[in-house]
Amino acid sequence: MSAHAESYDPNVNYLNRDWSLKSWLLTLDHKRIAWLYLISVSVFFAIGGFFAMLIRMELLTPQGDLLSPDTYNRVFTQHGVVMIFLFLIPSIPAVLGNFLVPLMVGAVDVAFPRLNLLSWYIYTVAGILVILALITGGVDTGWTFYTPLSSTYANSQVMLVAIAVFVNGFASILTGLNFLVTIHTMRAKNLTWGKLPLFIWAMYATSLINVLGTPVVAITLLMAGAERVLGLGIFDPALGGDPILFQHLFWFYSHPAVYIMILPAFGVISELIAAFSRKKIFGYTFIAASSVGIAILGFIVWAHHMFTTGMSAYAATVFSALTMLIAVPTAVKVINWTATMYQGSVSWETPMLYAVGFLGLFLIGGLTGVMLATLGLDIHVHDTYFVVAHFHYVMVGGAIMGFLGGIHYWWPKMTGRLYNGSISKVSAILVFVGFNLTFFPQFLLGYMGMPRRYHAYPEEFQALNVFSTAGATVLGLGYILPAFYLTYSLFKGEKAPANPWGAMSIEWQTPSPPPLHNFVTPPVITEPYDYEHELIKEQIAELKKHVKPQEVPLG
Amino acid sequence: MIEMLKGYLPEMLDNLPLFPPQASTMAGEVDALTFVWTAISLVSTVIIVAAIIFFMVRYRRRSFDELGGGELHAPMVEVVSMAIPFVICMAMFVWGAKIFIDLERTPKNAVEYLAFGKQWMWKYQHPNGLREINNLTVPVDTPIQLTMTSEDVIHSFFVPAFRVKQDVLPGRYTTIWFEATKTGVFRMFCAEYCGSEHSLMGGKVTVLPKNEYDAWLRQEEPERADPVSSGEQLFTSLSCTTCHTGDSPRGPALHNLFGSEVKLASGESVTADETYIRDSIVNPRSQIKEGYAALMPTFEGQVSEEQLRDIIAYIRTLEGPPVAAPAGSDAEVALAISADGPSAEPKTTVPNSTEPTEAALSYASAAMVGGQ
Repeated sequence: MSAHAESYDPNVNYLNRDWSLKSWLLTLDHKRIAWLYLISVSVFFAIGGFFAMLIRMELLTPQGDLLSPDTYNRVFTQHGVVMIFLFLIPSIPAVLGNFLVPLMVGAVDVAFPRLNLLSWYIYTVAGILVILALITGGVDTGWTFYTPLSSTYANSQVMLVAIAVFVNGFASILTGLNFLVTIHTMRAKNLTWGKLPLFIWAMYATSLINVLGTPVVAITLLMAGAERVLGLGIFDPALGGDPILFQHLFWFYSHPAVYIMILPAFGVISELIAAFSRKKIFGYTFIAASSVGIAILGFIVWAHHMFTTGMSAYAATVFSALTMLIAVPTAVKVINWTATMYQGSVSWETPMLYAVGFLGLFLIGGLTGVMLATLGLDIHVHDTYFVVAHFHYVMVGGAIMGFLGGIHYWWPKMTGRLYNGSISKVSAILVFVGFNLTFFPQFLLGYMGMPRRYHAYPEEFQALNVFSTAGATVLGLGYILPAFYLTYSLFKGEKAPANPWGAMSIEWQTPSPPPLHNFVTPPVITEPYDYEHELIKEQIAELKKHVKPQEVPLG
Repeated sequence: MIEMLKGYLPEMLDNLPLFPPQASTMAGEVDALTFVWTAISLVSTVIIVAAIIFFMVRYRRRSFDELGGGELHAPMVEVVSMAIPFVICMAMFVWGAKIFIDLERTPKNAVEYLAFGKQWMWKYQHPNGLREINNLTVPVDTPIQLTMTSEDVIHSFFVPAFRVKQDVLPGRYTTIWFEATKTGVFRMFCAEYCGSEHSLMGGKVTVLPKNEYDAWLRQEEPERADPVSSGEQLFTSLSCTTCHTGDSPRGPALHNLFGSEVKLASGESVTADETYIRDSIVNPRSQIKEGYAALMPTFEGQVSEEQLRDIIAYIRTLEGPPVAAPAGSDAEVALAISADGPSAEPKTTVPNSTEPTEAALSYASAAMVGGQ
């Protein structure tokens, strides 16, 4: 690293050293690969969002009058497939994780930079396959691909999408492997496990699930494909197979996949709450250990998706109890984050608004999750809009709030630019309000009995559906705004200092944007979130010099 | 403007019922569980959100370089915040499990109806063989068990007013039970996504007062014979009688089969339930009984799901020792049995089979299914 320090030019950073297309497409720099991912996941978020908009427009009226039933079935399937496999699963790990894991452990890059680039190309191939499937007729099995509907009966591009998900799995596995090895072997001197930021702990836990769980879903979809194409009897009873076996295999991955989506958000929220309270996170050890604990427990609760399949009461009660157990550490985390603000120095910057928004929404998502784990109640609301509302509170209210909060927090580090504070706060509030308007009515719809994946519905459900669609409009606006002001800031935004928030974490010790090899001088390693350390006082004093007195933000 | 609103508002509220009707014995129990969970959730949410807002305002950053206080040491907070959710979750788990077990355990006096799901319709069959499509008519205050199967993909039988739901699977039988407490017409949905017309695969459950139901049953002419007789006819016409008579070395007798333990050639032991009998007809070589050769051909594609049910209904009525086979061919014996019908069965424990009556009655008593 000293070699780089000698040749260090403060005007050259990882972005402006070379703008050629080739330098981007063949880059081995984890920070640039993060950008490749950010652009790709944003494109897929827009595609998935477009499908969501079609769904909400169709559901404005009880008659299925906007889209044909087959089109509607394709639209909601594609919304799920695109959002889950191409947006949510890669979002935080592949964008923020790629950018931050080496920075946060004080390394020059990830352990296997070439594999890292390869994983983006694999993801891109999977994305192209999905787009190909959309163009050539789409897919209508639901993102869950339940057999024998998917393996025998569906007439759509099931194989193409199954192959895409299979291929995409390799991208997840490679990224996960890369992070595991990086965190194990490339930590800076003195950066022991107990000093790692909680975001790193979350990435570690997520990577474990990615490496252990993804092969299962890949093989399962391959088997469904083999049944579809070769007529091998695995899941279709007409061929001697067992349709419930598919559900067991599918959820064995897809339930942990929920934690692939939410654990990274936990990591982001831990960073945000500590930074904007300027206080050591309350219960560091508990949060770190519970991330890994949840990752492991997450593998033994899958059958709570299947309580209505007619499974034995013994199995059902075991899975219900285990699911309840996993809820306990999750509840404690929410209390940890809240208690961190106690006696803190709480600033109301945009990322913090996302973080507290996350707390509120995730709380509702979590509580309704425990309700769903309760056997007698689940039977009634299973496969209704209650479930739809619940998982959107967790996936959108949790994972996407975490992603947006993280993007707003690390944007100055990634780009070297500041964005407009007021408009970004407006958009954070729009997202929060719009989200609740969209999805809260769906809890009521679900309890009233409206089943999910319905293209047309009885009239008594209309009023709440109108609320939901109105809310989705507000939510959509909240999502579109950042695309504009963040892009604007890329070109016109004010230059960002190294540590614009006055946050205590080692990625803020290097300039914004960082140089090619991340650090100019070896970073100072402290206890995690040590806001009593001299270093943070120096950094804030330094920051104050650069701000004109009338502009000093109190937050 | 205000007048318009006044006229419109009650209509809007009418169209905004936030709760499904409670029309079964289980509905109140499920709702009570939901109410308590909702109350717990509400209280927790209010406490946490109040704390967040209070901390955000009370500890809002006062100056640019203000730092938070030192690390909060409050191990008790963590212990308590772990203990409270744990205790609540476990208590609610037990309550929820109890309701689930009640939903699983069909009352002994339940009357068995059949349901067949197929893309995209529901077919029902009453104990007397009467069939209905998409609309199921049942008597009030009577425990009803539906034995269901699918002819293609997975469907799910869901009646919100009863708070019950059960997936309907191809290749096996699942059951659901309910006891309607209110008369009226209630919506029924297919809850498991099943392809193009999934959202139209709904129907109604019409609950009638008992006397009206009986009158209705009498008035509706069953279009076909009762299940047991139909099953018996099939049993003959499909030549099942050739082997399954009791003294044939080719196939085991089926008397007293239902509910018994069967030792398979593979060494396994299985209980002869309805799914076992169904599998033995459509995929016989998967579970050959010990001591027999794998001779039986599959009847897959030759019998519909409804016909399978008829055959099972018939096999369920076969009780007592098999009829002693007189000298002669198996086929003759079989004909002798089938000519007499189920009422000519050897004496059984079913009380009302003592009077020679229509097979429907004997089937009705056979349809009183026990708990599992």
